[in-house]
Amino acid sequence: MSTSPAPVRASQTAPRKARKELTAWDRVIVLLMVVVPLLLVLWLVWIPALASVALSFGVWNGFGGLDQIEWVGWQNYDDIFTIYPPFWPAVRHNLIWLVFLFLLPTLLGVLLAVVLDREMRGSRFYQTAFYLPVVLSLALVGFIWQLFYSRDQGLINDVFGTEVDWYGDPNVNLWAVLFATAWRHTGYVMLLYLAGLKSVDPSLREAAAVDGANEVKTFFNVIFPVMRPINLIVLVIVVIESLRAFDLVWVVNKGRNGLELIAALLSQNVIGEATRYGFGSALAVIMMLISSVFITIYLRIVFREEN
Amino acid sequence: VSATTVTQSVTQSATSPTPKSGTGGVLNKPRGTVATIVMAALSIVWLFPLIWAVVNSFRDYNYTQENGYLSTGGWTLDNYREAWTRGSFAEYLVNSLYITIPAVLLTLFLASLVGFVLARFSFKFNLAMLGFFLAANLLPPQALLIPVFRMFREIPLPFWMSETGTMLNSYWALILVNTAFQLGFCTFVLSNYMKTIPHEIYESAQLDGASVWRQYWQLTMPLVRPALAALATLEVTWIYNEFFWATVLISDFSKLPMTSGLNNLRGQFFTDTNLVAAGSVLVALPVLLVFFALQKQFVSGLTLGSTKG
Repeated sequence: MSTSPAPVRASQTAPRKARKELTAWDRVIVLLMVVVPLLLVLWLVWIPALASVALSFGVWNGFGGLDQIEWVGWQNYDDIFTIYPPFWPAVRHNLIWLVFLFLLPTLLGVLLAVVLDREMRGSRFYQTAFYLPVVLSLALVGFIWQLFYSRDQGLINDVFGTEVDWYGDPNVNLWAVLFATAWRHTGYVMLLYLAGLKSVDPSLREAAAVDGANEVKTFFNVIFPVMRPINLIVLVIVVIESLRAFDLVWVVNKGRNGLELIAALLSQNVIGEATRYGFGSALAVIMMLISSVFITIYLRIVFREEN
Repeated sequence: VSATTVTQSVTQSATSPTPKSGTGGVLNKPRGTVATIVMAALSIVWLFPLIWAVVNSFRDYNYTQENGYLSTGGWTLDNYREAWTRGSFAEYLVNSLYITIPAVLLTLFLASLVGFVLARFSFKFNLAMLGFFLAANLLPPQALLIPVFRMFREIPLPFWMSETGTMLNSYWALILVNTAFQLGFCTFVLSNYMKTIPHEIYESAQLDGASVWRQYWQLTMPLVRPALAALATLEVTWIYNEFFWATVLISDFSKLPMTSGLNNLRGQFFTDTNLVAAGSVLVALPVLLVFFALQKQFVSGLTLGSTKG
């Protein structure tokens, strides 16, 4: 592609200028290239985000025009924190989700990546096995694990002779769902981390080996620090995934009875029996506030790399 | 997870895709053996749920009820027959195609436009614009549900575009929403990939009088084919798997895509696990085929941009 495609000779008379200045037509094209995608995202992401903030201060069942909204100030937030029973359990479950996701599948994924980064027979096969679940949707994961968790037809009860309804019993169903999530999440982290490890300069490792550092020491003192950007990105992904968690609990029981999550509560307020837009929007704002902290961290990492 | 959130730091070339093993050096012998055994055992544990689903999807419900799941026998194809007809998967598959293909093409096209501008020119607003798209990609989609849902209910569409007459319950809703959400990640990856193209070729194209559009279409696009292929593979699986928007924006069962349609196979009081297994395998089949056929593209798409090369 070293030859350029356009043989229009006229511009050759003023090459310097052509390099700097775009024709009017080109300007229009550049503008359109940016504005069309920009408007789409503005329309379907940023305007709704702002609208959620505005709606969170009102009471509206969604019927009729915007003039039907009764503005109530902080009332919705007040209600959520004080008289909405599923809210605090949902916050707790989201937090448990986060801690669990981090402690088990994330650390396991990192460990697998570190081991599989070595020369090992069958490494490709193991990698494929671990990231195969990543191509499946979380909703589908929920269905597949039903074959283990079902009370009457599940494998777990069959093998252990128990009678637990793993998806139904509010004492255990959160953990059942978390293990199913972990099955998918581990491979995802492994994949990201493996790509990161591959980019570590091998001479670093060699230098550490010459200095007589053992493998564990080499990892924590040499490899881990240079992986900082990847570590942070994995961390942000874990947080955002835990906040967004929805699909699995929705296919199990629409986020009730032990499986309350903020995202599910919000959806219940829109497509459930009662439509409470203001109330749901206040939940949305709470979600956005939490995620904006991590989005900021994420963007800062990205922009630092850009510069 | 919706498009899950992979968005990462800096792009590496898509030509170094699958994480190769071996960069960490060789393990010594006893350790190597232990590691191999542990990995082999773990990978079997990991594959087991899928294998179990496939095996039981071929078994007769009454047989397994009587003899338990640990028995052998009762092989049948009936679950697939029933899932296919009762679950109306033929219809769902067509719906999935109607949504996924236009959404992926539109996403890649729009993302390549923005990516090109970001890579080709150094405007002051470049960084801000990247942030605008990337942050949108990371916002929890549920937080935008209410305004999007209500807006779509208000937007009328002519009958040939949507039989319900509104944006809600139409393929268009899902195509546009998926596109808007995926744009950030694709723009980011593509612009970084495009930045690796030497700037001189644009300068000489400019000298020859090639318009900006020609530079984009005839110069840049052919050069970024590997990245486009990787992203296309990834986006097809993500949008096909998308569950949240399809569930909340489509209430008309005949318009549901595969992933959300699976929900209908489950009775309210009684669930035939073997039938669900067959349905799950049917839903998983397209993405598994894509995955095995284009594994390299899939992996490089995911890791594209996670490391600095």
